[in-house]
Amino acid sequence: MLLAKVVGTVVATRKDPGLHGRKLLVIQPLATDHRPEGKPLVALDSIGAGVTEEVFWVRGREASFPFLPEEVPSDATIVGIVDHWNVRRL
Amino acid sequence: MLIGRVVGSVIATQKNEKLEGAKLLLVQPLDLEGREKGTTVLAIDTLVDAGVGDRVLLVQEGKAAQAVLGRGTAAVDAAVVGVVDTVETPA
Repeated sequence: MLLAKVVGTVVATRKDPGLHGRKLLVIQPLATDHRPEGKPLVALDSIGAGVTEEVFWVRGREASFPFLPEEVPSDATIVGIVDHWNVRRL
Repeated sequence: MLIGRVVGSVIATQKNEKLEGAKLLLVQPLDLEGREKGTTVLAIDTLVDAGVGDRVLLVQEGKAAQAVLGRGTAAVDAAVVGVVDTVETPA
């Protein structure tokens, strides 16, 4: 899983039936110091996340698992909203 | 598997139900010289009870991470599967 911040929403009227009713969000991956790291991407929401929230997400095959038994064509899905994280680099 | 160092922990009240009860650790992958390499990832730890500062074995593959969690098709793709005592790489 990776950390990210939700920075936007995507609306797509014409889409795969598996995506109907699903929320598409633009996320910006974050480093542990809360700074952006890498390129933004579109992720599916499985947890009720919204813009400005810090989240964690899975990519790859596991991204479709939160929606089982529905087959949802997602390669990036938000699976948790982060309350906070602590980092101590020794 | 990669060797990484645990650099932190994450608290998330609202998460996928299959992740309930799993400890979430921030793990920084390392190279064999112990230098930080790549992005810090979020991994579950249910088996080995690793803590900040520990050098650990990190799997970054869904099937393996789900085996650690023991809950079939859970939305996890990284897990800590061991705490490293020593690494030797004779030339």
